[in-house]
Amino acid sequence: MLSIEGLRVEVEGKEILKGLDLEVNAGEVHAIMGPNGSGKSTLAHVLAGREGYQISGGKLRYLGLDLQELEIEERAHAGIFLAMQYPVELPGVNNMIFLREALNAIRRARGEPEIDALGFMKQVRDKARELNLDEKLLKRSVNAGFSGGEKKRNEVLQMAMLAPKLAILDETDSGLDIDALRIVADGVNLLRSPERALILVTHYQRLLDYIQPDRVHVLAAGRIVRSGGRELALELEEKGYGWLSEEAAA
Amino acid sequence: MASPDAGVDRLIQAEYQQGFVTDIESDTLPPGLDEDVIRAISLRKQEPDWMLQKRLEAYRRWLLMSEPQWASLHHPPIDFQAISYFSSPKKGEGPKSLDEVDPELLATYEKLGIPLDEQKALAGVAVDAVFDSVSVATTFRQTLAEAGVIFCAMSEAVREYPELIQRYLGSVVPPQDNFFAALNGAVFSDGTFVYVPKGVRCPMELSTYFRINEANTGQFERTLIVAEEGSQVSYLEGCTAPMRDENQLHAAVVELVALDDATIKYSTVQNWYPGDSQGRGGIYNFVTKRGDCRGARSRISWTQVETGSAITWKYPSCILRGRDSVGEFYSVALTKGRQQADTGTKMIHIGENTRSTIVSKGISAMEGSNAYRGLVRIAGKAENARNHTQCDSLLIGDRCAAHTFPYIEVKNPTAQVEHEATTSKVSEDQLFYCRQRGLSQEDAVSMIINGFCKEVFKELPMEFAVEAQKLLAVSLEGAVG
Repeated sequence: MLSIEGLRVEVEGKEILKGLDLEVNAGEVHAIMGPNGSGKSTLAHVLAGREGYQISGGKLRYLGLDLQELEIEERAHAGIFLAMQYPVELPGVNNMIFLREALNAIRRARGEPEIDALGFMKQVRDKARELNLDEKLLKRSVNAGFSGGEKKRNEVLQMAMLAPKLAILDETDSGLDIDALRIVADGVNLLRSPERALILVTHYQRLLDYIQPDRVHVLAAGRIVRSGGRELALELEEKGYGWLSEEAAA
Repeated sequence: MASPDAGVDRLIQAEYQQGFVTDIESDTLPPGLDEDVIRAISLRKQEPDWMLQKRLEAYRRWLLMSEPQWASLHHPPIDFQAISYFSSPKKGEGPKSLDEVDPELLATYEKLGIPLDEQKALAGVAVDAVFDSVSVATTFRQTLAEAGVIFCAMSEAVREYPELIQRYLGSVVPPQDNFFAALNGAVFSDGTFVYVPKGVRCPMELSTYFRINEANTGQFERTLIVAEEGSQVSYLEGCTAPMRDENQLHAAVVELVALDDATIKYSTVQNWYPGDSQGRGGIYNFVTKRGDCRGARSRISWTQVETGSAITWKYPSCILRGRDSVGEFYSVALTKGRQQADTGTKMIHIGENTRSTIVSKGISAMEGSNAYRGLVRIAGKAENARNHTQCDSLLIGDRCAAHTFPYIEVKNPTAQVEHEATTSKVSEDQLFYCRQRGLSQEDAVSMIINGFCKEVFKELPMEFAVEAQKLLAVSLEGAVG
């Protein structure tokens, strides 16, 4: 589904990703772990097409498409979803209407009919209940005045409604207490399916106690320095990142 | 704010969509202003002598005044002798029905999407269209007449309802009020008069469309709305203007009088030609709008969406004289290109338990400059007066400017006055977020702007709210690079 080869990315002249390779297939859950500053969020943003990142080398292929040729919203239409580390507030923009507009924009781009208002409402309420997201938040402005946990749950709600093919969760666990983490993880687990791939970008192992990855990758100094199964995450938990960074530097 | 950073070069370039000139022969006075010109205007309008005297008195006051300089606006000096003060489509008497209206005029309205037909009646809207300086069509007066509501051209009102006009005209905005009000008092061309009798709820929304069409012709509308005890009226004003190279001066005066328990709601969507991308052309809009809550428990509500004009100088105000009276001001002002707006309101609390609400939303893009200027005055006898002001500015790009000038004068210790102000930017983070969810950049900007303006839009009558949203979307096409 996603194939990254030798990806090099610069930000303001500084090379952040230095030849990154990654293969993700449909139905898989990958965890990208690594110390702060290793380039995890850069990778997430580059996949979503955010401006300000200079791709200086390598290939980014997604479902046979060259991602670099697609605008941000075109990637969304093609099924890429990024759950943000810091979801922004949109004052005055109703949460439910925002979600409906987004869903309809994606459906239009795919040549599908727009969703009818009643069906949408029912669906969104059901999903919100699953995520233990207070229905009142649906009527409020997008993320405005939401707590950290509410913002993250709102991201997962959007993800559930937009039903992406490739979902990238950027530090979705950061700032969550253990109960919120469990709710978010349950929501994500509901989205696991043979047609869908998930990339979890995280600093800590604990998210992986709740969402079991198929593959774990360690990103250090702009490259994937180690890949393995779930046991790699546990090893990292025990030993920290230091030994891998040293290995990468060597 | 005005950093030379060129990151926003691809900003808002939507061409003015209403730019065309109608070819109709006009009866236009040569440029210049003196007492003879005023006599000529009065004569052409077949006015009684008292009206002429009022005009001359205003003119003499105007001569003693000078143009205000305090606003945060910059423009070359206006040569008041270079302006023609009267222009009228050539036609003797006013038309009695639509059949008598010049077909070309009607075609112009069609182009503007203003249907002067039965459909409007079904939609519950009567239209009194001001084309240049003379009212050419007044519709649905029959329905209104049955309810006892007067809705007619000001020049007609001067002839037909002299007692009412003598009693109320200039009673809220006297000529000595300010330079532009004095000028208007001297040369006002035409406008609208609305009178809602005691206890009557006006059966339809009243609507006037303005259109400036003559090169070099100042426009000096005069509007007077009187709501008698216990009556209610909602008035909509919408404007467009054809593309022009010269700056066109517009100095209207609007007066509202609300007696005991009366309610007046006045809504404006203003989309006059803002000038080209170099700032050439465009309307200079110096307007005095004021409502007098004369009676107890009366209520006056101003809602405005200002997207046009090169210069906007406008402070729709409320004088809260009657006890328990309520004044409201809801405003969205958008400036882009070289547009400048200095706009806001005045809430003058005189009576006991008077309340006022101010919600002002300023949006600046490209090199637009937007100033909110508002006065809240609580007089000594205004026991328990309350005001809440919310003043938000939104910046798009980094070459625009937003200013806030709140003036608060409180002379009564029981007053409660609150002022909240915020300034924010349409951030790259917000746009990225929206686009990542599948929205186009334009839809994202439009959604963020509409969200920002929501509190004001919800005050507009439904059809106007839709129009206003469309207008903002059109104005901001390609807004952020």
